[in-house]
Amino acid sequence: MAPTLVVIPMGFTAANTFQFPPSDWTLDRYSSLFSDPAWFDALKTSVIVAVLVTALATVLGTAAAFGLSRSRFRMKPAISAVLLVPMVVPTVVVAIAIYAIFLKWRFVGTLHGFVLAHTLLALPFVFVPVTASLQTFDRRLERAAASLGAPPLRAFLQVTLPSIRSGVLTGALFAFITSFDELVVSLFLGTATVRTLPVQMYGSVTREIDPTVAAASTVTLLLTTTLLLAVLFRPQREAVL
Amino acid sequence: MTVSPQDGGGRPSGGARLRGLGGRAWIPLVLPALLILAVFFFYPLAEIVRRSFAEIAPPGTSPFGNYQWFFDTPANLTILRRTIVTAVAVTAACLLVAYPYAYLMTVVGRRTRAVLLALVLVPFWTSLMVRNFAWIVLLQDQGPVNDALAAVGVGRQRLIGNVSGVTIAMIQILLPFATLPIYAVLRGIDRRLLQAAQSLGAPPWRAFLKVYLPLSAPGILAGALIVFVISLGFYVTPALLGSPTNALISQFIFIQVSTLLDWGRGGAMAVVLLVVAMVLIGLGSLAARRGQSRLSTGIDPA
Repeated sequence: MAPTLVVIPMGFTAANTFQFPPSDWTLDRYSSLFSDPAWFDALKTSVIVAVLVTALATVLGTAAAFGLSRSRFRMKPAISAVLLVPMVVPTVVVAIAIYAIFLKWRFVGTLHGFVLAHTLLALPFVFVPVTASLQTFDRRLERAAASLGAPPLRAFLQVTLPSIRSGVLTGALFAFITSFDELVVSLFLGTATVRTLPVQMYGSVTREIDPTVAAASTVTLLLTTTLLLAVLFRPQREAVL
Repeated sequence: MTVSPQDGGGRPSGGARLRGLGGRAWIPLVLPALLILAVFFFYPLAEIVRRSFAEIAPPGTSPFGNYQWFFDTPANLTILRRTIVTAVAVTAACLLVAYPYAYLMTVVGRRTRAVLLALVLVPFWTSLMVRNFAWIVLLQDQGPVNDALAAVGVGRQRLIGNVSGVTIAMIQILLPFATLPIYAVLRGIDRRLLQAAQSLGAPPWRAFLKVYLPLSAPGILAGALIVFVISLGFYVTPALLGSPTNALISQFIFIQVSTLLDWGRGGAMAVVLLVVAMVLIGLGSLAARRGQSRLSTGIDPA
């Protein structure tokens, strides 16, 4: 953890280099993060993509975990394994595969391109915690609801969903962070006009030495750490992890 | 990762009405997720495999032309070897740090454990780009690490643009992938077994080596496997902290595809990487399953 913290003082450097510790201090890096269109648009794209991915991956992942936990058939372990495959395939391989297809479909540099690619990477991160919390869920509660006349959808929304809430919440958080931080696939999908924040940061480290990257790092660090600690140390029951 | 969803529908259902809803009735809920994976994941992967055989530089040669090129070019083999050596070093270092840390997590109190867990999880979910950027700042020629090395008399080292910087950063970045599965296994080990061994006269180190360590093997295996496989395909850290002359295989694939637009060769390298990763994971889960059945039947040849 500690090594990462050097980005915070770097965010206030006045020099046009990555000199550490900074010799002069300024807030210019933060103002350019929010005023320079290249940085601000990237930040905006990242947030929009991450929110859409969170919604899509959470719904699809929860539905899949729920459907699978309620089914009994021989192919079941195989299907769970298939849903987890995106986690174990090397990212470069996923990236060039998606890039090739998206080039053909003209999805490169589009919002839906980013959303679809990130959703795919985020799905396992929703599926795993939701499946875990469904395992501890007492299905007799659902049966009780059904015996009192609740249709399956209503029983799910009013009985099951509230009890597996912590798994769903954890999955949604993981989906958001997965999308917000994704870099390798995004490097291929990003263009000069439509790119996410990590791609902009990558460019500013490799091509121009632009210390705005430190301000962007600090903002990212604050956002993800706050979200994570909020979920990890939330007052109710133990986090599903 | 190591969390494998298990059969959640094992409990026998009561009530005829609900029995009707069990079995296959819920499968449609799984379909949207599978559809997304099929269209945007498995189909693209299949295309890469197809193109690695179909797009060959001098047309008309053997469909294995790209693979022959890969294994016949000494420079490629150097890159492959460098990638494997780096991955082995990163894996070994991660295990050496992660094991004692995970052990510590099992012996401390509840509150300390929560803090230790947060110390693993927060970096785990911290942006990769941010952590790599931090390492660039730390390891640069005039950076704090070099200042410290100069101050203690070791002298400044070149830590960026070569494999050493990449290795250092990758160890820190991949550490949680080793810590979490090891901790998951250590948590389940019954410490009374150690007391039993000691009461039978084994010195503590011997009880640890003969009892505790073998029981923790599944966690070590899982952690090592995950770290190794991720290291093999890691792109961002080598690209930012390494250099083209010290490239790892992922950088090479990236260049083939994005700069040289050679989908045949790039695809062939990606397929080699994919096959290595899949074989390792397959062997690992096979070994894990064997170990498990040996534990449950009580027959332990060791």
